[in-house]
Amino acid sequence: MDYMTLLQVLDSTVRLATPLLLACLAGLYSERAGVVDIGLEGKMLIAALFSGAIAYVTGSVWLGVLAAVVSSTLLSLVHGLASITFRGNQLISGVAITMFAQGITVLIAQDWFQQGGRTPSLFGGARFTPITLPFAETLQPVPILGPLYYELISGHSALVYIGFLCVPATWWLLYRTRFGLRLRAVGENPAAVDTAGVSVVRLRYAAIVICGVLCGLAGAYLATGLQAGFTKDMTAGRGYIALAALIFAKWRPWYALYATLLFGLLQAVALRYQNINIGGVVIPVQVMDVLPYILTVVILAGFVGKAIPPRAGGQPYVKER
Amino acid sequence: MDKMPAWADIVLIPLISLLLAALISALVILAIGEDPLAALKLMVDGALGSTYGWGYTLYYATNFIFTGLAVSVAYHAQLFNIGGEGQATLGGLGVALMCLFIPWPHWTLAVLGAGLAAAAFGALWAAIPAYLQAKRGSHIVITTIMFNFIAGALLNYLLVNILKPMGSMDPATARFPEATNLPTLHEILAPIGINFSKAAPANVAFLIGLVACVAVWLLIWRTKLGYEIRAYGKSESAAVYAGISPVKIIMIAMLISGGLAGMMAVNNVMGEAERLVLNSTEGAGFIGIAVALMGRNHPFGVLLAAILFGFLYQGGAELALWTKIPRELIVVIQALVILFTGALDNMVRLPLERLFLALRRRQEG
Repeated sequence: MDYMTLLQVLDSTVRLATPLLLACLAGLYSERAGVVDIGLEGKMLIAALFSGAIAYVTGSVWLGVLAAVVSSTLLSLVHGLASITFRGNQLISGVAITMFAQGITVLIAQDWFQQGGRTPSLFGGARFTPITLPFAETLQPVPILGPLYYELISGHSALVYIGFLCVPATWWLLYRTRFGLRLRAVGENPAAVDTAGVSVVRLRYAAIVICGVLCGLAGAYLATGLQAGFTKDMTAGRGYIALAALIFAKWRPWYALYATLLFGLLQAVALRYQNINIGGVVIPVQVMDVLPYILTVVILAGFVGKAIPPRAGGQPYVKER
Repeated sequence: MDKMPAWADIVLIPLISLLLAALISALVILAIGEDPLAALKLMVDGALGSTYGWGYTLYYATNFIFTGLAVSVAYHAQLFNIGGEGQATLGGLGVALMCLFIPWPHWTLAVLGAGLAAAAFGALWAAIPAYLQAKRGSHIVITTIMFNFIAGALLNYLLVNILKPMGSMDPATARFPEATNLPTLHEILAPIGINFSKAAPANVAFLIGLVACVAVWLLIWRTKLGYEIRAYGKSESAAVYAGISPVKIIMIAMLISGGLAGMMAVNNVMGEAERLVLNSTEGAGFIGIAVALMGRNHPFGVLLAAILFGFLYQGGAELALWTKIPRELIVVIQALVILFTGALDNMVRLPLERLFLALRRRQEG
């Protein structure tokens, strides 16, 4: 494998990792606040539909992103209603939300565009265009680093850079602000937060809204950045891979970046090489597809470093009377 | 003292949840520009108006009986088995291996062998997450989700690389031999003078499903093991104090659950497709969650809810055929049922409890 091929694989790693990263950070906010979210997939899906549909109708990709964020946040609030206000089962709510999105996206797309549950192809201003970073072309002839900068770091769409910037932002918010401290506390010991006079319900809703916004960006990137338009079930399990990455990262922002990059690399390699032949042993493409899930099970089993979730995760908070 | 009578908990709450789901679905149908009442009539006619419709309704219902029972058995032990999809996929593999590689003389023997293999494969697929939950404390919901994907990829690999007949492009096994084909309801009912549709896929697996309902009822409410499962589900610490081993209960409950989900393959793989194809389960594992919630985790409730969802599936297919309403409407209804009966349960329950309390106060006062 020569240097250019390597750069291309890494370049598509970055592209494929972006939706995973955004969804993974979305889940991180929610779960750190004690609300387990297995509905990431559904929120991404509905965001993908609305970003594709609104971007197509208005011709503006940013209006598409706005629609994605709004739709995903609304769905997130349903999850909040079920799991915070009515203290229902958060897992069941997540399943229902994903299933709802899988159905309603096709209904809406079919009703609006009559193309078998997809939006028409996006072009021009309805799609994200690659951003060429300053000096990328001037520096391209520089050996090694030039192509690295030109191919790998420059030339992605805005959401990719936003996604990567979310990592330090999340770290700062969680570990360096009062809000972050309270958010983490509410996921570990809500009663203590309540005793300190801070509203558990409000904090958890705040986390849920951030989760919805980030899932919205993840879905919008799928339909307007990675591909040109919404197609049926286009998330293809990415929400669950993001969930796996979250566990893999042990609910920490920087590790979330590494985990999603690893899983993005697996997807990029699977996409490019199908079956890989290493010294006569053929690794089938299916192995690459499921490696994120297998790795997560291994991590969960605690054979290689134990993943311990936030302590109050999944339990509704009942105020003492 | 209970806040409301048992019948309200068992009948009224699921019914109200169903009505809420139906109401929202009606709004969706209106938004598409169709008449909800006409759509309902079309669904009833298409799913229940002929023995052909009933044949499909009962065929789907059979799938959902197995996956619904699977979810509910695990639920009695407070385990949320979301992996029915993967377990049923593996069950299909068990059925296919049995039917393809053993020369069965008659279907009665074949169904026994294939059913056992299906249950064993499904149970095996549930065993790993169960072991990890019992011994290592990894959350069963997450591991069973992961195992759904792993099952899909495993089957994909086996079908494409190993089980596919030579020269075939289609990622599916060869047709099962004639002797393993299960009799349809047409063949079963003809001798007693009932002319059931020949084309419909409902088969003897429906009767096996009914037997499974009775067996699960006996297990949960009439055996020591069932008592232990329920006790563990109600309170782990109390169960441990009573000498019940959590590891044993988690393992057994999940093995039974996985086995039941796996046995679904007797219906869809052996009874209908008569070969193993990719994605043969078609989401039935997830519908099992809706069925179990709706059926209040009781085998009889599961049976009724399974028939309801069978009706929705067949009715939805009719809608897609004759109107602009896509099949995915059923997925939306299913999601709403899960949302209202499972997650937003308190939204329906709290006002009802208040109502019953007020009524009782008036009687006493």
